Amino acid sequence: MDTEISALTTVFTEFYYWLTVPLMFLIHVGFCMYEVGASRQKNAMHTLLKNSMIIPLVTITFFFFGWWIYWAFPNGPFITGGIDFAAGAANTAWSETMGPNLGDRITGVFWAAFLLFSWTAASIVSGAVIERIRLSGFWIIAVMIGSFAWVVDAAWGWHSGGWMVKILGYHDAYASGVIHAIAGGCALGVLVVLGPRIGKFGLGGKIRNIPQQNPWLVCVGLFLIYTGFWGFYVACNVPLISPEGIGGNITGATFTATNIYLAPTTLGAITVNFLMSLSGGMLIGYMVSKGEAFWTYSGGLAGIITASAGNDLYHPIQAMVIGGMGTYAAYKLHYWVEAKFKIDDAVGAVAVHGYAGFIGVVICGFVLWGYPSSPFDGYATINPLGQFIGAIIMFFVLGFVPGWIAAKILSGLGMLRIPKEVEIAGLDMTETNLAAAELAEIEAAAKSEA
Amino acid sequence: MSMTEIGNWAVDLKEVGAVYPMQGMESIMALVGVVLWLGWHVWQIRHENVVLDEQSAQLKGGGSD
Repeated sequence: MDTEISALTTVFTEFYYWLTVPLMFLIHVGFCMYEVGASRQKNAMHTLLKNSMIIPLVTITFFFFGWWIYWAFPNGPFITGGIDFAAGAANTAWSETMGPNLGDRITGVFWAAFLLFSWTAASIVSGAVIERIRLSGFWIIAVMIGSFAWVVDAAWGWHSGGWMVKILGYHDAYASGVIHAIAGGCALGVLVVLGPRIGKFGLGGKIRNIPQQNPWLVCVGLFLIYTGFWGFYVACNVPLISPEGIGGNITGATFTATNIYLAPTTLGAITVNFLMSLSGGMLIGYMVSKGEAFWTYSGGLAGIITASAGNDLYHPIQAMVIGGMGTYAAYKLHYWVEAKFKIDDAVGAVAVHGYAGFIGVVICGFVLWGYPSSPFDGYATINPLGQFIGAIIMFFVLGFVPGWIAAKILSGLGMLRIPKEVEIAGLDMTETNLAAAELAEIEAAAKSEA
Repeated sequence: MSMTEIGNWAVDLKEVGAVYPMQGMESIMALVGVVLWLGWHVWQIRHENVVLDEQSAQLKGGGSD
């Protein structure tokens, strides 16, 4: 900050990441609207609180340990090296750089941008399990996925020194796998143990559609998620850095934006590709669902998510086609899994995030085959096998398995599922009864005073 | 009494690092934070169990309020 160029770069970077935070806040607002709209009226406030309390719980736990994990675990540990205590030291809950510090203006905003990704990971799981999960069980799962599991995957596959990037050539610039596949996989693991909502499946396997209380609210919620996604995308980049600052093989003196792996890209590239993949997803979502608004909007989201792994490098037409392919597959897989395994994914979260994210990581391995995964020496290039293994790690190893194990433990402790009679009556039973009693009292008073 | 060693801003900002109060007690503050977080979960689990038990009892007893 003691030269003009250093001050401008620092303050621009600080403001850039800060701006992503309120934008990404809209993702959470969107998720809340979407979930409440998809739930029945008798469960609306329970659904809203379930998702909203992700904010404080994941925030404080990401401060306590999540952020340290990201910096300390890029080597596995014990795959390409041990725990990186040196890098982790500046990012512990007791580090001086985590508080107001005039010598470090970036850590706080960078931490917050990462944190908003953590909320998203937990929020994706939240939508799938509405109307029958206990708050206590869900909030423990939210901390597990938001402040632990996704952070481990980010250290492994979304870090310039991550072992998956070095060994597998893993490339996932805008988090098809590291946020969406892992969260979708976790949601599926929890759903397998949690079971469907009462009435979803009839005798003989009949599948019933449980109507959303407010489809309009669901679609506006998805619209807000699109809006917040802009913040998500730009937060995945380093906005301005010199070749010297990168320290890799790039020659010359041209400053650039980079992806999270410090490989060069431009904001223009991701802006166009974001819109094209959104468009591809919406077009196919409309077509495959034969004009359903819910799947058209969800298709837009699935389109972005599928193309996200390679949206720093794809041509816009490729982004559009890949977005459409992922949306088609997510839609078909959602109904196939529902019918075959009796999985009640209430909002299609496993499909839109999990399947589309998984497919997006795999497609990226073919379309970007041979590209360098990093500007540093000794890294594998992007390749189909590395991406496929990476997708398995994200969806199953760090998503499904921890979700299933956590749900099993919580179920064993009686902390997972709402009692049957309460689920039938509605999870807002106390509030509803209280409101009815208050109304009755007001009516009685009004009559006596008349 | 003062919570900081910064008495005024007549300093070269290049030499200034952390500016929050109670510096040197970061580990204790982190420990307090973790205890509060875990304590909140314990309270919430108990609270939710009580509420759900009451609701179940009401519903099984046939009452609606």
